[in-house]
Order: sequence, then structure tokens, then C-alpha cells
Amino acid sequence: MGSYILRRLFHMAITLFAMITLMFFLFRLLPGDPTATVISPALDADARAAMQARFGLDRPLIEQYFVYLGNLARLDFGLSFRTSRPVWELIELRLVNTLLLILPSMIAAYVIGAFGGALMAWYRGGRAEGSLVLAATALQSAPVFWLGMLAILVFSIWLNWFPTGHIVTPGRFPDPTWRMYLTLDFLHHLALPFFVNTLYNLCFPLLLMRSTMLSTIGEDYVELARMKGLRERQVLYGHAMRNSLLPLATTLPMILGWSVAGSVVIETVFSWPGLGLLMIEGITRSDYPVVQGAFLLIAVLTIVGTFVADLLYGLLDPRIVYR
Amino acid sequence: MRILKSFIAAVWDVPSGRVALVVLGVFAALAILGPWIAPFDPMARTYGADGRLVRLAGPSADHWLGTTLMGRDIASQMLYGARPAFLVGGMTAIGTVLIGLNIGLIAGYFGGRVDAILMRITDIFLGLPFLPFIIVVLAMSGRSIWTIIFAMTIVMWRSTARVIRAQVLSLREMPFVAAARTTGASDWAILYREIAPNVLPLALVSTAFALAWAIITEASIGFLGFGDPNVISWGSILYDAYASQVMYRAPWWVVPPGIAIMILVSAVYFIGRAYEQVINPRLRAI
Repeated sequence: MGSYILRRLFHMAITLFAMITLMFFLFRLLPGDPTATVISPALDADARAAMQARFGLDRPLIEQYFVYLGNLARLDFGLSFRTSRPVWELIELRLVNTLLLILPSMIAAYVIGAFGGALMAWYRGGRAEGSLVLAATALQSAPVFWLGMLAILVFSIWLNWFPTGHIVTPGRFPDPTWRMYLTLDFLHHLALPFFVNTLYNLCFPLLLMRSTMLSTIGEDYVELARMKGLRERQVLYGHAMRNSLLPLATTLPMILGWSVAGSVVIETVFSWPGLGLLMIEGITRSDYPVVQGAFLLIAVLTIVGTFVADLLYGLLDPRIVYR
Repeated sequence: MRILKSFIAAVWDVPSGRVALVVLGVFAALAILGPWIAPFDPMARTYGADGRLVRLAGPSADHWLGTTLMGRDIASQMLYGARPAFLVGGMTAIGTVLIGLNIGLIAGYFGGRVDAILMRITDIFLGLPFLPFIIVVLAMSGRSIWTIIFAMTIVMWRSTARVIRAQVLSLREMPFVAAARTTGASDWAILYREIAPNVLPLALVSTAFALAWAIITEASIGFLGFGDPNVISWGSILYDAYASQVMYRAPWWVVPPGIAIMILVSAVYFIGRAYEQVINPRLRAI
């Protein structure tokens, strides 16, 4: 087990390293010059050369790469082109904002999905169950930003129950601080994006749990539990559902990584100042250090998520042998 | 072609699959005929009898789904938008499966060092955040429909490769592979003549799910404002509606594109699931 974790950690380190390398060269080799917004092509050649020297852009690419690696190791993501402040300062709170939206809603989605899917399989075959499957598939097929737009339309504009976006009432906290998370205003702003994101992410665990349960219910040990005279509820929750949780649990970290990556759209709809929105803002303002930093952090979250998934899989299923 | 025929026949046998196939067929027909049956030029501005722009008009006999803030006919935009959904979704799904299938086959069959290297590469791609990566590529190298297809394919083949590899790992130990080996068949012949046909059904399921995912992603890209500026897509209609900041006055502008995506993607999901049931009867609900 210990050596397995070590090996997985090693693999994760390689993946991270490869990702950073890929990113570095991607940003420099793709057509289009990200520095054009800072170092205007209209400047005369001498001034441009001086600017490039100042940013270290005149050095060979490989040298720039090692400088970049060294800086990253110290969590130095460079300076924002726009505000000239360290990128890390910008990212910190944005990361918290994203996690505060994504984590609770993923947990809610998985808990509701697990119980809902188990119940659906238990009472399978009915018309109500059939329409639930259809509804969940339809919901899963709808783009989440569109669900968000509809929710804003109905709950914010027509009913006026929730604000249309942002994390707190604009202007209330001129400088974002930790204290804003402790206000009711924050929860009021969180409600709608949380609800939409949960509803959308609910469908996958729900349908997965349902199909896993359908095959579990046919297993001998469920039949045995019944014959022992256990009550239906005990058979359902204690035996059938408990054994169906494994495939579901293993998808959680990976889906978590994906939903952090997918938060771009939900954050855009609700003007939620998270990492995804930061990245989009960075692109529209041609602030590439910010884009790169946000992108890298999203990637790290995804990779760590996958790593945890693999470990969890082994912890939950004793049949898996580590080699 | 024969595999496609048997695919459709198998899906047709499942009731939900049959409905989904019909829905998909209707959408495909609309996508092909769209530009001919669209009542208006989707970018043309409509002027009323008084010479003023017909902004945000509700659904009427002339404009079935009403008009946009710019006085453009939404029904026509919807019809034009079906094509990019199919083009981008279809090309991405095909590219995804072609790459994923081959990598999965080679990694699973040869095992050892080949497998280790290919799977490490797959892991790296699994770490790429899906949508952010596509957006960065589009932002750096220009927003065109081909860049979208390219970027999506790059981040989508990874899951197909994993699924196919797992299947090949178990097929490799089957007696028919040993039998083929005793006849002196080369590795590549065994891989592509004996094993590949057996993973093809699984590859078709992957294609369906990739198609569904690609259609949603294409819409998301359009909504974020990174779609091809010369193409009208359902995502870009939603982007226009959102960016106009008057969408609350025109639900007919916001609702149709989402409904279209939802129905089309659901149909594709149901087709994939129906076929999955056929090739893996254990999944069939009792």
C-alpha cells in the first residue's frame, strides 16, 4: 500500500511537471503574440528591445523556461500585465470563491444522487421512475449556463427572490476580504448558483447509482439479507446501497476536478468572481500571466482530484490488489 | 458501413432508442435543409411598416420565435445553428474515437513499456482542464470552427483510450487470440483483424457519448464568446441574448436554443445507452 501511494505520487509529480511544461510552450508557440498588448508593436525597435530585455524575453526560450520553473516553485506566478500586482494575490481569493461554490454543491449533488438513485432502483419499473430517468437525462443534456440563465430569468427577475449575480452586493466590500463570507448577503448571492450547479451535477451520480443498484439488487447477498428476515429498509440501505457506493465514490474526485474546470461557465453566468471568471477576464484583457496562473491552478486541482480518486478506489474496494 | 447498419438496427430494437433515432433524424434533416427552409436571412434586420427596427418582437406568424434586439429572426438563426452543432460535434466525436481507439488498442495489446508510456501521456491529458484549455487555445490561435474541433479532440480522446484499453486487456487473454497466434499471424494483424472488431461496439458507444459532450461544449464555447464569429450557433445565440442584457424581456430568445440542445443531446445519450444495453445485457433494467 505504502509503495503504491509513493508510486502514484511520483506519477502525479510527472503529470504536473509535464502539464507545466506543456503550458509554458503552448503559451509561447501558439500563433499570436501575448506580449503585444504590453510591448506595443508601435514602439520603435530600440524601445521594444529594451522592454523585452526587462521582462527577460530576449533570452533563449529554454532559459526562460527554467526561470519560470524556479519562480513557480516559489509560488511566484509573475506580475499581472494590467495591475502590475503579483498574480498570486489575485488568485488566492478567487480560488476560495470557486471552491465555496463548487465543493458544497458537489457534496449535495452526490448525497442526493446516491439516495435518489438507490430509491429509483428500489422502486424500478414504475411510471414515476421512468419519467425521473427521462428528466435527469434531459437535465444532464441541457447546457448548465442555459439552466443558469433560466434560473436568473425566473427567480431573480420575475420573482425577485435572489440577486442576478456577484458574490456580495457590489460596493459593499470595496476590497474583498475574508469577512464577506460571514455575511447573510453572501449566502443570498450563493443560493442561486449553488442551486443550479447542484441540480445539474445531480444527474450523473443519480443515474450512475441507479444503474449500479440495478445490478446489485440481483446479487445473492441481497437475496440472503432478505431471507434472514431483515426489514426492507435494512436491506436497501445496509446491504444493497452500501455495496453500490463504490463506483460512485470513485467518480467524485475526478468529477470534482471537472466541475472546477467547468466552473468557467457557471461563474460567467452568475458573475461569480472565481478562477474560471478570472481566466476569462484575463483573456479579454490580454492579461496572460493571470490566464496562465488561473489555468495552472485549475489544472492542479484536476490532477490532485484524479490522484485522490485512485487512492479512494483502493481504500474502498479491498478486492483491489496493489502491485 | 455494415457495422453502422447493425448499430442502427440494434438501437432500433430498444423502444427508447427508436424514439431517439427518430429525433436525431429530424434534427439532422433540419440541419441539412436549414438554410433553405429558413424564412429569413438570420443576420438581416427586420424593419416594420413604419421603417423602424422590429426589436424583441414576440413570436408571431411572420417570426415564429420572435426577433432579437437587433431585429433578427430567431427561428432562422435556430435553423442555421443546427449545422455547426452537427459539424463540430460529429467531427470531434470521430476524431476523438479514432485517436482514442488506436491508442487504447496499442497500449492494451502490447502492454509493458509501450502501455506505461501511452498511459502516462493519457494521464497528462486527463489533467488538462477541459473547457479552460479549449478557451486558451482559441484565445491564442484565433476563433475558427476548425480550431474548436481541433482543441476539443485534443482533450476528449483520453477517456476513450482508457475505456478501450481496459477492454483490450481482457480480450488479449481470450482463446481466439491465442488461436490466431498459432496460425503465425503478426501482432498487428491480430490487433487490427481479431481484437479491433471486438472493441468496435464499445468504440461506437464512446462515439455517441463524445458526440453528446461535444455538442454541449460547442454551445458553451459559443456562450463564453469564443465561438467562430462567422458562424451562427445555438451557443452564440445565447451569448447574444446574455450580452444584450435585455434577455428578461424576451424569453423567446433564451428558451429555444437551450431546448434544442437539450433534446438533441438527450437523443444522443439515449442512443448510446440503448446500444450499451444491447452489447452488455447486464445493464438492462429488469
